[in-house]
Amino acid sequence: MSVPVEVTINGRAYSGEVEPRQLLVHFIRENAGLTGTKVGCDTSQCGTCTVQLDGAIAKSCTVLTVQASGSSVTTIEGLSNGVDLHPLQEAFWNKHGLQCGFCTPGMIMASAELLKNNPSPSREEIRHALEGNICRCTGYQNIVSAVEEAAGAMGGS
Amino acid sequence: MTTRSFGSGIRRREDPRLITGKAPYTDDIKLPGMVHAAILRSPHAHANIKSIDTSGAASQPGVLAVYTGADLDGVIAGMPCAWLLPGSDLKTPEHPAIAKDRVRYVGDAVAVVVAGTRYEAEDALEHIDVEYETLGVVINPKDAAQAGAPQLHDDVENNIAFTWAVAGGDTDAAFASADVTVSDTITLPRLIANPMEPRSAIASYLAAMNELTLWSTTQNPHICRFLTSVVTGVPEHKIRVIAPEVGGGFGSKIPYYPDEAITAFCAMQLGVPVKWTETRSENYLATTQGRDHVEEVEMAATSDGTITGLRTTVYAGMGAYLSTAAPGVPTILHGLMYSGAYNIANISGTIHGVFNNGTPVDAYRGAGRPEATTLIERLVDLTAAALDMDPAELRRKNLIPKFENGHDVATGIIYDSGDYELTLDACLNNADYAGLRASQAAARAEGRLVGIGMATWVEICGLGPSQVAGAVGFQGGLWESAIVRFHPTGKVNVMVGSSPHGQGEETTFAQIVSEELGVPVEDVEIIHGDTDNTPMGWGTYGSRTTVVSGGAIAFASRKIKEKSKELAAHLLEAAVEDIEYEDGTFFVRGSADQAKTIQDIALMANVAWNMPEGMEPGLEASAFYDPPNFTYPFGTHLAVVEVDPETGRIDLQNYWAVDDCGVQINPMIVEGQVHGGVVQGVGPALWEGVVYDDNGQPLTGTMQDYALPRADLLPDINVGSTTTPSPHHPLGLKGVGEAGTIAATPTVYNAVMDALRPLGVNRVDMPLTPEKVWRAINDAKNGG
Repeated sequence: MSVPVEVTINGRAYSGEVEPRQLLVHFIRENAGLTGTKVGCDTSQCGTCTVQLDGAIAKSCTVLTVQASGSSVTTIEGLSNGVDLHPLQEAFWNKHGLQCGFCTPGMIMASAELLKNNPSPSREEIRHALEGNICRCTGYQNIVSAVEEAAGAMGGS
Repeated sequence: MTTRSFGSGIRRREDPRLITGKAPYTDDIKLPGMVHAAILRSPHAHANIKSIDTSGAASQPGVLAVYTGADLDGVIAGMPCAWLLPGSDLKTPEHPAIAKDRVRYVGDAVAVVVAGTRYEAEDALEHIDVEYETLGVVINPKDAAQAGAPQLHDDVENNIAFTWAVAGGDTDAAFASADVTVSDTITLPRLIANPMEPRSAIASYLAAMNELTLWSTTQNPHICRFLTSVVTGVPEHKIRVIAPEVGGGFGSKIPYYPDEAITAFCAMQLGVPVKWTETRSENYLATTQGRDHVEEVEMAATSDGTITGLRTTVYAGMGAYLSTAAPGVPTILHGLMYSGAYNIANISGTIHGVFNNGTPVDAYRGAGRPEATTLIERLVDLTAAALDMDPAELRRKNLIPKFENGHDVATGIIYDSGDYELTLDACLNNADYAGLRASQAAARAEGRLVGIGMATWVEICGLGPSQVAGAVGFQGGLWESAIVRFHPTGKVNVMVGSSPHGQGEETTFAQIVSEELGVPVEDVEIIHGDTDNTPMGWGTYGSRTTVVSGGAIAFASRKIKEKSKELAAHLLEAAVEDIEYEDGTFFVRGSADQAKTIQDIALMANVAWNMPEGMEPGLEASAFYDPPNFTYPFGTHLAVVEVDPETGRIDLQNYWAVDDCGVQINPMIVEGQVHGGVVQGVGPALWEGVVYDDNGQPLTGTMQDYALPRADLLPDINVGSTTTPSPHHPLGLKGVGEAGTIAATPTVYNAVMDALRPLGVNRVDMPLTPEKVWRAINDAKNGG
């Protein structure tokens, strides 16, 4: 059984017939072909699939596509045009906030949510806000520094 | 004039594609007509397979094929063990890609379904009926080695895969004449590497040409091609292995896995591209794990604090089968490092590699060296306590004095260079050690459990001289090669056989070329990870890529410089001896306006209108670098913890690292490697460890149950460094990928034990979970 859905991702409408059980992350990756959003676990622990769903942060492996039908999703590909970088992308680059890069899209999306709610977070607040996103390469320290720098660049302090 | 970048922390050149989500990892790749495989895995840790009925699965929607071990028999060879340790009575029982009649761990492959979609393939797995007859299970590696334990392989008595010994000096005499001896039993928990990207493979087979292409999350595409050839029978020159973007590995993507052989088999049978990607839960069952040591260890010393002897008996869990490099990890990479940073004249170790009913164990970041460093550094602390000496001072007394070109240790290896006291002093200064001890005394007076721990360590890296690799049974070489190619416009491609996957070598390699030939770093692009367009190489692991590939790039660049000099002389109508080089420009001595830039030379060499007699066109060189010795990075780390006596919870409050990895190409990347390494080393001290129940069922089967370090659990790490160049490396490099992981486990463990020392607690098994620590505190309070 398939059901029709339409999800707006990064401003473009994607429609299709999907199984009711399909996870949003699979719709984003398979149907829309936007593979910046990753699948790193199967228990909503790792945060690599983090996106914005109707303006709020969501782990797209915990949302069904049918639940997201009619909604608006922003993924890492929608954060900037890929040339003029978002301040968070720029700061992750400047501060060596990534190594293998697999957690990075989710990490940046989670950081964007933090800065929306708290424009000038302390290092401790950044660490707390990112506890739902796992990175195995960086030990988190440079990620924290990157978020700090982005906060400054975006007008926080 | 080129801006010098060698030695400075420039931003990584690989990052733009990663921060924008545009970099394709294996699972992001979709081929026309591609179908999906899902693997049925054993739910039992040890059982005979009585029967398998796949008919129910075969008739499910979308299913193209179902294969079992019987289908692979005679077509796909057993998984090869590629480290055949000599002198160890090594047993290499057959390891079929899909089990035929017996399963030996939860996760052993039993069947594979290929279907149109992944959802369909996974659904169909539930319709395969397997009848099992369960057998006895053994998990603890020491238990597994005892007579009467359940036997995993019929022809491997007491599950002992190998017994390897290291000896130097007269250990028995050292212990007999010692003023003080200490002993401990140290358990290094079984660890899951947890790269954030799960493993994945895509196989595409062109039957008419007998050509196989494999996209794989491997750390070593050339080894993967070699072993794919051995296993599938497709000739090596007809196989192309591509490691696209790889999302971390930490050793777990070195081995050759049943899963990629199965995927290749399915593609070859069906004639369509097949993708297999593991789930995280599957990764926890089927991807090689690390450590799993039970170490019975002793140290001897004289009353003045001279360490005179070290003795070990180690039971190293291998899991159910010998993975690709498994036998070398607890032996060559472990036992040979028993002298640590110290002059220990008398050393003996016996290491038993033992089969147990768990996931196969292989290299995991540090591979053997964290297990060695932990036992040495724990014994040093116990010896200091027994002698009532400060642990920093006992270390200082026994450290090998500064040496610049070779130091023999009792295990028979030769360290390249070291100044261990320099890192000790730097670390103690950075941390204000005296101040920390004073604060600790004040805290203890208030009844608080504050601990200070340290490790002074040395590691064997930059793997390594191929002749040694052969002598110790590694079934490959350990050299690297590089091709440096100048295009007519003066831009450069460098092709390497190693396969960086997060370590930043697209940047550091470009910095080497820039330094050697004076081209801007942005004019150099590094190509890696595809066996069709890169030269042979043995892969990225063992803190070797920057060191060994970097050496090859330096030598290839120097060949280009020599040729450029000759061509410049010809074009400038001067003698070669009169040509000088500086910063990308060749000029006639004494007349700087008579000059050709490297870009001029690249154009003239590529158009070849005016070459000297006998000189070939083009500006390209390749070099093979086989290091004359391993490298031996070192350092001192120090941590402060406080234990909550009410809950057993440990607060890691401060951490100082001082590392010496020789010359640093990019200090920002070095520091990043230390941060990440330290956190991976803290993990097993405090949180990480696989738990099996008595039936061999993993209780830590998901990220929800296996406790990985998270951002809010960690302090910022204070990183410092010293620079002691490797005397035998063309750039003085030593490597830094594993350093933090090797140092942090004993550093943090020692800190917690130091915190608990006033209570009389001197050992708790890692990981030091609150429950275990709380119980130890309460047992001590209740009289032990």
